[in-house]
Amino acid sequence: MTTVKSGLDAPVRREPTPQDFVAMQASPEFQELRSRLRRFVFPVTVFFLAWYGVYVLLATYAADFMATKVIGNINLGLILGFGQFVTTFVITALYVKFAGRELDPRSAAIREELEGPAQ
Amino acid sequence: MTVLAQSGTADVGNPLINIAIFVAFVVVTMGLVIKASRTTKKASDFYTGGGQFSGPQNGFAIAGDYLSAASFLGIAGAIAVYGYDGFLYSIGFLVAWLVALLLVAELLRNTGRFTMADVLSFRLKQRPVRMAAALSTLAVSLFYLLAQMAGAGGLVALLLDIHDKAGQAIVVAVVGVLMIVYVLIGGMKGTTYVQMVKAVLLVAGAAIMFVLVLFAVRGNFSQLLADAQAMASNSSDAAVAGRDILAPGAKYGISDMTRIDFVSLGIALVLGTAGLPHVLMRFYTVPTAKEARRSVTWAIALIGAFYLFTLVLGYGAAKLVGPDVILNAPGKENAAAPLLAFELGGTLFLAIISAVAFATILAVVAGLAITASASFAHDIYASVIKRGNATEDEQVRVSRITVVVIGLMSIVLGILAMGQNIAFLVALAFAVAASANLPTLLYSLFWKKFNTTGALFSIYGGLISCLLLIVFSPAVSGKPSSMFPNADFALFPLSNPGIVSIPLAFVLGIVGTYVGRRKVEDPFKQAEMEVRSLTGVGVEKAVAH
Repeated sequence: MTTVKSGLDAPVRREPTPQDFVAMQASPEFQELRSRLRRFVFPVTVFFLAWYGVYVLLATYAADFMATKVIGNINLGLILGFGQFVTTFVITALYVKFAGRELDPRSAAIREELEGPAQ
Repeated sequence: MTVLAQSGTADVGNPLINIAIFVAFVVVTMGLVIKASRTTKKASDFYTGGGQFSGPQNGFAIAGDYLSAASFLGIAGAIAVYGYDGFLYSIGFLVAWLVALLLVAELLRNTGRFTMADVLSFRLKQRPVRMAAALSTLAVSLFYLLAQMAGAGGLVALLLDIHDKAGQAIVVAVVGVLMIVYVLIGGMKGTTYVQMVKAVLLVAGAAIMFVLVLFAVRGNFSQLLADAQAMASNSSDAAVAGRDILAPGAKYGISDMTRIDFVSLGIALVLGTAGLPHVLMRFYTVPTAKEARRSVTWAIALIGAFYLFTLVLGYGAAKLVGPDVILNAPGKENAAAPLLAFELGGTLFLAIISAVAFATILAVVAGLAITASASFAHDIYASVIKRGNATEDEQVRVSRITVVVIGLMSIVLGILAMGQNIAFLVALAFAVAASANLPTLLYSLFWKKFNTTGALFSIYGGLISCLLLIVFSPAVSGKPSSMFPNADFALFPLSNPGIVSIPLAFVLGIVGTYVGRRKVEDPFKQAEMEVRSLTGVGVEKAVAH
């Protein structure tokens, strides 16, 4: 990302006007970026909050169920707790991959369009 | 161990060695901070370290900022004494990072400069929104600070073997003054270095203890659980002896009210992180959104690993130290991790782990003090009082004064809060952050129609309801463990208010937006904010080098 910016000290970058921002906001490429971001982060947020909520409610109202021993003294509560760690790590990895593939190129293109060197 | 168990007290370690390692630590970190201060000239250096840290560097600093005494001392202690219920803190503290990663970190990096209020007030009316955001920043920081101070008091009291209240209060004061000095000299750059060093020390220290505990049970985690339970069941305290520390419910499963309290805590933990001003401010210390993303990824890896270690440390402390000794030590639950270190590696290891814990508190307090003072100087002083006519030098000077004032306030409050579990106290700060900050932050980033009235309703509604519910909760009065045990004005039954105040603040944001819908906001600003937040226009070039 920073490599693209090597010539930035030179005053060729434009400062976008308020109208530029309004036009860009309405443009298809910006809409595309926005909806791709939202289509990923909103459902994933709903998922991990729901899964966390279920876990908290089980720990609160189903303590006996959580106390069920599975491997030696390791019970269901501990396993579901570890499950929270696993989903957190997996979602982080998926998002980083997604953002690098879908978001970064699009936002870089828009940046270039708005403040790239004047023709 | 036998002597320790018989006397029921914890005269551990050698105060002289402890002091020596402390002093060595202070000298080394002070050197770092002074070195950093040489390059701290502008306001952006003081507040964000010039915005030039790399993602991994900032990831370590975030871990250093986030893994407070609550995580190390508080959670290990809660697990040692209550078992599984302490584990919920770890899970909430970790899962919360997904909110920050997916919804907040990058957009915030692209939109703001120094403080959370930069983002909240971007497209709304500057002065009222900045004022509100700054006040909630100060409130959250103060709660977080007093928890750290209480932890510092308990820790140092344990090390220097100070049992009486007055002596511990002096310790808190000394620790507080020392921390103020660090921030005044080093600013954000010095603070960031201290946080990075501390993160390495803390995670490494916890990893070593993790290995030693597993070594003691020959790698058999199931055996560790059984031994921990056996120690709890043999406790001389009937309440402790009756607990099943492997299953949830030992602390919160007692009545319907404690169960709701547990759910409330869970909500506050998972939604609090992304509203913590000192965490948000860390995203400004990197140059781009992509670096902000990388820093969160590093932070999640470090924090996740650390919490897995703490689970073993907590049960290890239950097995090797035992709940009786822990509860009789100065600092009570918060002493579990240092006592475990003593059990595992003797005096020297105790001194080292305690120095790490002290470093932990120091780094977190420094980060909080910077955030709170930046918010006061940049938002209240420069924007509201001086109406934007304050130079950056003036802002930094006001920040420095604020650091001193905040430091003194947190010392006083920290003395009042001594002896409470730090993780519990920090959870209150999370509740305030989730109530007062998160709704407005999300609405202003994702909801086009959101307006100034909505922001003010949500921030003040969340902040005031949360603070009032805390004041009238059992955490402040009515119970032996309260801040004021001799008074009883606990009208609200829950000790964590999140379940009420967080949804209320979200609803108030919507209500306020409809109440104020006739006042037109600047449509250009909304477009500018959305385009900037998603693309980094303006920010990325400004910091190129």
